[in-house]
Amino acid sequence: MSDTHAQTVAFVRGTEIPPAPPPYAASGPVKWMRENLFATPANGALTLVALYFIWLLLSSTMPWILNGIWTTSSLAECREVLDGTVGACFSVLTERWNQLIFGFKYPSEFYWRPTLALVLFFFAAAPVLFFDLPRKLLAFTAVYPFIAFWLIWGGTILTPILALAGVAAGVFIYQRFVTQSFAAGFFGGIFAAFLVWFLGGYLIPEGASDNAMLGAVPSRDLGGFMLNMMLGVTCVSLSIPIGIALALGRQSSMPLIKWICVIFIEFIRGVPLITLLFVASVMLSYFFPPESTVDLFLRVVIMITMFSAAYIAEVIRGGLAALPKGQYEGADSLGLDYAQATRLIILPQALKISIPGIVNVAVGLFKDTTLVSVISMFDLVGMIRGPILASTEWNGVYWELLGFAALLFFVVCYGISQYSQWLERRLATDHH
Amino acid sequence: MTSLTDPPAGSFRLSMLLNDTRYRSYTFQAIALAVLIVAFAYLGNNLLNNLRAAGLNISYDFLGTPAGYDIDQRLIEYDNQDTHGRAAIIGILNTLLVAVLGCITATIFGVLAGVLRLSNNWLVSKLMAVYVEIFRNIPVLIWIIIIYTVMTAVLPPPNAFRGDTPTSSMLFDLFAFTNRGIYLPAPVWGPGSGVVVATFIASVIGVVAYRRYATNLLYSTGRLLPMGWPSLVIFLVPSILVYFVMGQPISLDVPALKGFNFQGGIKVGAPLIALWFALSIYTGAFIAENVRAGIQAVSKGQTEAAGALGLRPGRIMNLVILPQALRVIIPPLISQYLNITKNSSLAIAVGYMDITGTLGGITLNQTGRAIECVLLLMLFYLTISLSISAIMNVYNNTVTLKER
Repeated sequence: MSDTHAQTVAFVRGTEIPPAPPPYAASGPVKWMRENLFATPANGALTLVALYFIWLLLSSTMPWILNGIWTTSSLAECREVLDGTVGACFSVLTERWNQLIFGFKYPSEFYWRPTLALVLFFFAAAPVLFFDLPRKLLAFTAVYPFIAFWLIWGGTILTPILALAGVAAGVFIYQRFVTQSFAAGFFGGIFAAFLVWFLGGYLIPEGASDNAMLGAVPSRDLGGFMLNMMLGVTCVSLSIPIGIALALGRQSSMPLIKWICVIFIEFIRGVPLITLLFVASVMLSYFFPPESTVDLFLRVVIMITMFSAAYIAEVIRGGLAALPKGQYEGADSLGLDYAQATRLIILPQALKISIPGIVNVAVGLFKDTTLVSVISMFDLVGMIRGPILASTEWNGVYWELLGFAALLFFVVCYGISQYSQWLERRLATDHH
Repeated sequence: MTSLTDPPAGSFRLSMLLNDTRYRSYTFQAIALAVLIVAFAYLGNNLLNNLRAAGLNISYDFLGTPAGYDIDQRLIEYDNQDTHGRAAIIGILNTLLVAVLGCITATIFGVLAGVLRLSNNWLVSKLMAVYVEIFRNIPVLIWIIIIYTVMTAVLPPPNAFRGDTPTSSMLFDLFAFTNRGIYLPAPVWGPGSGVVVATFIASVIGVVAYRRYATNLLYSTGRLLPMGWPSLVIFLVPSILVYFVMGQPISLDVPALKGFNFQGGIKVGAPLIALWFALSIYTGAFIAENVRAGIQAVSKGQTEAAGALGLRPGRIMNLVILPQALRVIIPPLISQYLNITKNSSLAIAVGYMDITGTLGGITLNQTGRAIECVLLLMLFYLTISLSISAIMNVYNNTVTLKER
């Protein structure tokens, strides 16, 4: 049968046809467009609608942006230069740049201090965010809060040094006793820190801040985007440990502790942040001793921290619940007690699972820091809506200012979410 | 052979309170309770001292005194001689209004964007990705302010509609878009309109009943009745017939320019629209991500198996993918609805008079009753949050996977 073809086929080609390129419409951009843009008539219509929409958007914004004016000193002057043509007046950004970033009361000769604090913040955050870096750099991270506090608020250097001494004493006691019992080390450390702070309070002389190396700046003079950054960073970093404690408390087998945590979390999560900020601004001072004056910044930090701690607690609870039961049982069977099991086995894994959720909360919280403008703190949004738009020079420059604020927040939040996605890929230890 | 030894009875020592796991939890709880009581006593004591020093007391009498401020956007009658309590009720209704409207539109935006983001069309999916990223990463407060600014700075003032050659005109002679808000025609209920409304409600019930009957028939016998056009007929025809039989009892009260502003019709104020629209597109971006995650959570094999059985794409989506995806989508959707309700408190930034604007804003400032107002505000939001999650959990339970 092998010679069937030889009898039926008249001609058999002896050479191979050289490979020809595919037809024009089946390769390259045309193929891509046919597959991705015009696969079906409905799809094609959608593409056209989308194109029209994009054109509409670009044709109205691009001339406005490209024709922007950057160097005038008021809106009237801007309009004069534009002379009836379409164009943005970005001059407000260049002219009020310092106010947008630092607020309108922060002394201008001190602008280098928050800037330096921001630069140092990147060095402090780096070893936390990228854990390939040498672990020794964490020492700087530990000291950073005190340096940043001193740089931004100024005043006597004794305050941050004393606070640092308290923390150091706490850590020393913790390390001394943690080998015997975690509880003894933990509570002993906290007690030691508070003892040092309490005793140290008498060491700082009255009026020490008057002739300090760095002039003191009261909290109410903080403002602008700096305020958003400070609130965001402080509250997120404070709320993570509190959130962990709340999550563990909610998972606890002790009913009383469990119910305290449940009520706290559900209460905080059930009310909007605005009402908590109202509490901070009008109500919280009633709960402090009459002679104490806790400034608004601190009260806001307290309330926002409580707020985000409740949300982070729920995220971490999800992480704890997602751990296989075998991990808990394995820890038990090794004879580890609760503190050891939690510290060495459960939390490291649960926190890893919780990272995307925690970042979500952090991004949401950073965006929510704009709400402080409602209780008349002059953060970025507060500055724009208040002093800048109310000024005679810039009354009416909505788009440029609001667009700038939106862009600033977008860059930061998008950056954080990209980092979290990178981290997730990096931490993915399961292979599939 | 194993043997269990009972703990020796009657040998309780004080150190066991810390070292014995049986008693340790009681010790910790006792300490926690003591700390809690001390903390609350301390705070309460401070509160009493501060109140006494300021000459204040806790009293809710202010709710019965005349409010003295006007509320532009309201669902029930109110004037500035009514009480603070009634103003608060107007605020509550306004909060609920914007929350309900926001939930509906946010769901529509979110589902659309989420489904379109999975589209095969490269341009459309990229466009939706840009929408989601932009709206998720910019604070909702900025969105509210931007949209409010657009409303008040770009739309024409009412007097632009005046004169023989007005610079602006009403859409279809029914709707007026001004910088104070949008004016819509209002229905006027004439005699006999009750019958029309009753017929309409009955036909809505009829549509639901018909669709349920058709679904049951499909599941029990496999016979598929047409769903689309019969629903439409049941929905529209009886109401239209009755409307003409009763002699067109429902007419429209079209807004008209009188004096300095439009009179008649329904006014939807600029703050309400800004808040509603901003909350919808902002939360819509989050819902889009939930929808996308839900659809992607259904394994591809399900689509392929349904296709192998000969189902068409639309039916695959409705009968196979969506029922499974809903189980993943619903729980985060609940929290998005809660977020809308809570974020509606941002109304205070644009002057929309919701409960935060009335009770937590003007009433608080006028009466100085900070503690009472903030407590009532929290109580209201807590009630709302808990009830939404309770209702939605019931619904969630009906769509979860029925397993043995």
